[in-house]
Amino acid sequence: MKLHIKNGRLIDPANGIDASRDLYLADGKIAAVGAAPAGFQADRTIDAQGLVVAPGLVDLSARLREPGYEYKATLESELQAAIQGGVTSLVCPPDTDPVLDEPGLVEMLRHRARSMNQAHVYPLGALTVGLKGQSLTEMAELTDAGCVGFSQADEPILDTTVLMRAMQYAQTFGYTVWLRAQDAHLGRNGIAHSGPIASRLGLSGVPVMAETIALYTIFELMRSTGARVHLCRISSAAGVALVRAAKKEGLRLSCDVSAHHVHLTDADIGFFDSNARMTPPLRSQRDRDALRQGLMDGTVDAICSDHTPVDDDEKLLPFGEASPGATGLELLLSLALKWAEEDGKGDGLSQAIAKISPAPAQLAGLAGGRLEEGAPADLCIFDPEARWTVKAAALASQGKHTPFLGYELRGQVRHTIVAGQVVFSRP
Amino acid sequence: MHNPQLNKNGELQHLLTIEGLPKAIVNQILDTASSFVGISDREVKKVPLMRGKSVFNLFFENSTRTRTTFEIASKRLSADVINLNISASSASKGESLLDTIDNLAAMHADMFVVRHAQSGAPYLIAKHLTDTGRSHVHVVNAGDGRHAHPTQGLLDMYTIRHYKKDFSNLTVAIVGDILHSRVARSDIHALTTLGVPEVRAIGPRTLLPSGLEQLGVRVFTDMREGLKDVDVIIMLRLQNERMSGALLPSAQEYFKSYGLTTERLAMAKPDAIVMHPGPMNRGVEIESAVADGAQAVILPQVTFGIAVRMAVMSILAGN
Repeated sequence: MKLHIKNGRLIDPANGIDASRDLYLADGKIAAVGAAPAGFQADRTIDAQGLVVAPGLVDLSARLREPGYEYKATLESELQAAIQGGVTSLVCPPDTDPVLDEPGLVEMLRHRARSMNQAHVYPLGALTVGLKGQSLTEMAELTDAGCVGFSQADEPILDTTVLMRAMQYAQTFGYTVWLRAQDAHLGRNGIAHSGPIASRLGLSGVPVMAETIALYTIFELMRSTGARVHLCRISSAAGVALVRAAKKEGLRLSCDVSAHHVHLTDADIGFFDSNARMTPPLRSQRDRDALRQGLMDGTVDAICSDHTPVDDDEKLLPFGEASPGATGLELLLSLALKWAEEDGKGDGLSQAIAKISPAPAQLAGLAGGRLEEGAPADLCIFDPEARWTVKAAALASQGKHTPFLGYELRGQVRHTIVAGQVVFSRP
Repeated sequence: MHNPQLNKNGELQHLLTIEGLPKAIVNQILDTASSFVGISDREVKKVPLMRGKSVFNLFFENSTRTRTTFEIASKRLSADVINLNISASSASKGESLLDTIDNLAAMHADMFVVRHAQSGAPYLIAKHLTDTGRSHVHVVNAGDGRHAHPTQGLLDMYTIRHYKKDFSNLTVAIVGDILHSRVARSDIHALTTLGVPEVRAIGPRTLLPSGLEQLGVRVFTDMREGLKDVDVIIMLRLQNERMSGALLPSAQEYFKSYGLTTERLAMAKPDAIVMHPGPMNRGVEIESAVADGAQAVILPQVTFGIAVRMAVMSILAGN
């Protein structure tokens, strides 16, 4: 299959390109940018007049709920959601049931995902067996099976010795450890950001300290072990300041933020809206502003969707009993565009794409995220001006809950191309 | 954001919290309650305002006192009362909260009186009733988690008004476990709504929620300092489980620092009143001599509580 994408506005932040260029795809790779290679005969031509041609989006945190939670979502539904959202590669955390701590499970998941010919799925292996924080997983075997890093998902390790050894062992082989900074005890039963709003609503709090104390521990262990760490879903102003200082010091560190935290605060809980229940919790306006500043100055490398499908039975409950999380794959592009439109330079398109494609691809060690000869032909072609309203019925994900329900957002995917195949088109 | 407890005409549709309630509605409830106080002294203690209406007391958390006062209030309004004690364990056996509501609504309930261990549960019920086209069914919050206990807040205001007449020159101290107390939160909102110039919260740092000052409260950690020249003292109940969560070392030490004794009461104005939502822990938060003393208005609170609950239910039924 040879594809010619013509008349589009090609935005490739990795190569500093934002210009009108044609793109030629062959054999699942980008054959040429600009002029057609000699003798190129396109099987299909896509006219991208008025559209942006960008590298496919890379989401650093998408829960697919398989295996174990198929009643919440399945690979079919969530990979469909991914391609409808222009996401061509996604990293999924290991908190499935069973936990992704055995090579066989990872191989099965990868095999199932590959057979669907949709988005590329890159699992994170569990850092410790069963995510219990006691013994190490077979990281080398899991890497051979297809894991791109090792994570504790949302289960903090109680025993710092285990965390230190996990980081030492990962460092031995050059694996990246993905951690969410969360103290195991502080705010353990918390459901909202500690502060005046949680106090007013009578919701138990998760203090910012729960994040900063964990960061101090992680940074100290990085200094001693030399391990490379990716911090998942940073949530606070104090946390961003610590990450900024740690990067300046030269620690091998990268960091992402969830799209929810870029736009929302604890005030969005309103009258106990369980769609605004998140892990980590939505924090104050000051925290949100610092996260956005961190994105702008590069302290925060990437925006992830933190896609977490939750079914009605687990969401239509009192706030404290509702499962945290929201659907996000189909909103990632629009939410990144919204951020860059509000904070960025010019129309912000290039800045938005940088945070959801090349930056996450690079820090996760994936091949995509750029539009150059020889790169994988993974593309997201979208209409930057199209406006759409977030409605449960319009979402392909089995998770219909998001705090953005009813929002009018900008930017809609027209074509998603994975490995040179058009896997999704919307008229 | 639309206030879910008011209808399109700005009238009370549900009573979920005192926060954000217009002062006029608070006064309407208190005025209506004073017209009901006399009914309990009559030989026939009933008025026909809710005849033919069904009130469901839905208690997902145990409570004898509050449930009983709601039951008495409903009966004095001539309503039919159905009591359901749905412990948290039976809910976990299968039927969800909203399934329970659907079933009871199908039995033509006119009003739900809801107590739940989770903050915000009555909001979920009220929203569900609206979403399913049954907005004529009213919800009264009888205590949700740490969030609110609006009828307790209102009966406290009724009691204060009864003894002090005017709110605009009062200093009110709330003492004890503010962190876990829905009564404290409702009292704070009610007092600030009614224009009390100084509301104080007194307790150890472990029992004071973060950002409390932003609710319009002056925070004290020293009991004697906090009680100086106050007109009203509202004592809160201290639960035994606070001793296990590293919040307090012991009940004895709590009493030593924060128990209301005759000697500490002397710091307040000579005509200060002492209130307590009950049930009291004598010797933990309050000395018996104070609880049974001339300044205590704890039993009148209970009596007024019935009139206030009658007022809330009759106003809701009329809207």
